Amino acid sequence: MSRGQGWRRAIVLAAIAIACALPFLLSNFRLFQFTQVFIYAIALLGLNILTGFNGQISLGHGAFYALGAYTTAIMIDRWSVPYGWTIPVAGLLCLTAGFLFGIPALRLEGLYLALATFALALAVPQILKYFEHWTGGSQGIVLSKPGAPLGLTLSPDQWLYFVTLGVLILLFVLGANLLRGRTGRAIVAIRDNPIAAQAMGVNGALYKSLTFGVSAAYTGVAGALSALAIAFVAPDAFNVFLSITFLVGIVIGGLASISGAIFGGLFVQFVPNWAQEISKAAPWAIYGIFLIVFMYAMPRGIAGALRLAGARLARFRG
Amino acid sequence: MEIFLQQVVSGLATGGIYGSVALALVMIYQATDVVNFAQGEMAMFSTYLAWSMLNAGVPYWAAFFATLAVAFVCGVVIERVVIRPVENAPVLTIVIVCIGLLVILNSVAGWIYSYIQKPFPSPFPEKPITIGNVFFGAHDLGALGVTLLVLLFLYVFFRYTTLGLAMRAAAQNPVSSRLCGIRVGWMLALGWGLAALVGAVAGLMIAPIVFLDPTMMSGILIYAFASATLGGFTSPGGAVLGGLLVGVIENLVGTYVKFIGTELKLTVALAMILVVLLVRPSGLFGRVAVHRV
Amino acid sequence: MVRTAGEIRFDAQQIAGRPTEDIVRLGIAHVPEGRGTFTQLTVEENLRLGAYARRDTGALARDFARIYDYFPVLGERRRQIAGSLSGGEQQMLAVARALMLRPRLLLLDEPSLGLAPLVVREIFRIVRAINREERVSVLLVEQNVATALDLADHAYLLETGRVVVSGPSAELRRDDAIRRSYLGY
Repeated sequence: MSRGQGWRRAIVLAAIAIACALPFLLSNFRLFQFTQVFIYAIALLGLNILTGFNGQISLGHGAFYALGAYTTAIMIDRWSVPYGWTIPVAGLLCLTAGFLFGIPALRLEGLYLALATFALALAVPQILKYFEHWTGGSQGIVLSKPGAPLGLTLSPDQWLYFVTLGVLILLFVLGANLLRGRTGRAIVAIRDNPIAAQAMGVNGALYKSLTFGVSAAYTGVAGALSALAIAFVAPDAFNVFLSITFLVGIVIGGLASISGAIFGGLFVQFVPNWAQEISKAAPWAIYGIFLIVFMYAMPRGIAGALRLAGARLARFRG
Repeated sequence: MEIFLQQVVSGLATGGIYGSVALALVMIYQATDVVNFAQGEMAMFSTYLAWSMLNAGVPYWAAFFATLAVAFVCGVVIERVVIRPVENAPVLTIVIVCIGLLVILNSVAGWIYSYIQKPFPSPFPEKPITIGNVFFGAHDLGALGVTLLVLLFLYVFFRYTTLGLAMRAAAQNPVSSRLCGIRVGWMLALGWGLAALVGAVAGLMIAPIVFLDPTMMSGILIYAFASATLGGFTSPGGAVLGGLLVGVIENLVGTYVKFIGTELKLTVALAMILVVLLVRPSGLFGRVAVHRV
Repeated sequence: MVRTAGEIRFDAQQIAGRPTEDIVRLGIAHVPEGRGTFTQLTVEENLRLGAYARRDTGALARDFARIYDYFPVLGERRRQIAGSLSGGEQQMLAVARALMLRPRLLLLDEPSLGLAPLVVREIFRIVRAINREERVSVLLVEQNVATALDLADHAYLLETGRVVVSGPSAELRRDDAIRRSYLGY
């Protein structure tokens, strides 16, 4: 194992250790915020797989997030399915939906795919309100937070935090394996030079649709977890702004970067709050300034900037 | 028949406004591959500036042209100051900067002017105009006229002036343009200025209809996307025609298809976008990109 | 190209590192490799752009006439979209556009690329005429050694970035080593 890889492993393990310790150090509210960070990170990794690694721009991932959230909500509310099962089901459902969506999307490049997904994102709240019978319409569906099993002395917030953390670690490890292996190289090849990739035997259409499916699955799982964490789903929470937030998250965190999803999640969760603390009157103006300043300082995202810094350090040393 | 004509003209009026914003989007997209998400908010902010001038007693047409001038200058400044630092960054990075701009403009407008809707005057008389036996809203005809005049001015500028030619060249082929001595950066800035100017006209014409508030242009922006998609993101003329079509279709569908009230009107626009993208992504008038391998 | 060492001077002025748009205004016109025509604009618009950096726009009409004299085919197709011209015609357009600047130095980068020999000969004949009649210096970069040595007065042979031979082209043409390596006989 090279020195760089050794460092990386150490940092990841340290981060996980700190993450496990947090529930016993933070208030319930702060914990809830970090749970949200993890949920966003999962969704952002999903979007990043599609947009960062595979080059297909989606402004509509809020739709898959909503699909996952409502799947969980409906399964728990109507059929009393144990919450644990709803998560993989949401994932599978979104995998299929994403794959199916990916098929017509094959015909659309860059801007046009972005437009199509943008239109989809805009339509989501209306579609949710339309199917009132299932979704509870504008009122939404109220859930109760699952408690810790087997008599573990954890508050619901703490338990959910660990569940989310566990799912995060699992999905990130799976994602890393996928992206660093042959499949990952094929996915990136399609982004960088689709014709050359095809000439080398990569089935572009299949990979692109599959990538869409996997990406949707990740985001759907995140949506399912968010339904549990917030214990409530309503159509207006899944508007186009959510999809735009996801895009912001992956660009700020760093495109084509797995760690970027975590940075993006932290940004998307905490910076709006800071903005509000700085200015009660025009908090979004401050947020906008943050966005612009970040992009000036780190055009390739936080992960990109770290990579650059790491490369400079390596050159300096060696 | 009367209603049909009225709805068509009314649709053309709003369609002209959608087409103007669509044109602004296409102008910047053609030169930079970036969709300026902040186009609507820039137009909204310009309209608020006009409102301030009118409130201070400035006569309408003086305020109108002053607003256009200010919008133009601000467009140039925004490109040189806000966009230039990231002009060589990946496209999505620039898109995020545009989103930041959107959010800032929206928030500041709300802060300065509050979120309460304000009425905005129209320079055209209240009384409807009669053509043949049909009544038409004066503002509808006037807005359509103003929009068409602005578009005509732009057409003449780009087609017949050297500067317009240089701007077209800079958008199509920046490298060759430099070899001709064209300062591509400034051409880009002028493009943003003109786009902002066109947006301001759109804002000033739509405000009397939908009332002035910070979220005024967000719906319009979506219709502008639909227009540009329908007409073709690679065709400025197409974007304008797309806008007119979208405006007319929106009005006719709203009038004649009963279950589509104002709620679902937006869905019609979205459906249009999706249908066009499925059938002919490059739009009615757009060029299909041919990639040489 | 990024300069790694040395300097580039035109008219005793340092030009390395200056923006392209400024260098053009010193009177250097560059016909790039691959021609760089504005394929969506007409022939006439391409030519107008060539004159963009000039201040003396009064003589423009005369210059158009001169250019159409040298390149009659461009005159015939002046309202045609440049992208629809043949390769040879586009090359002529590229040279013509550069000439509209009334440059003192004309840089020609691989003009023979992708063109039929007959066309190449015609273009080089015109360039020679321009060099003589308009008193424009020409710096030609060419892989087609035979045609290049025919056209040029003075030649530099570069191998992997180093000048290995230089001298009057008449001499180089007679040089045995060059004949064998580059001219094939």
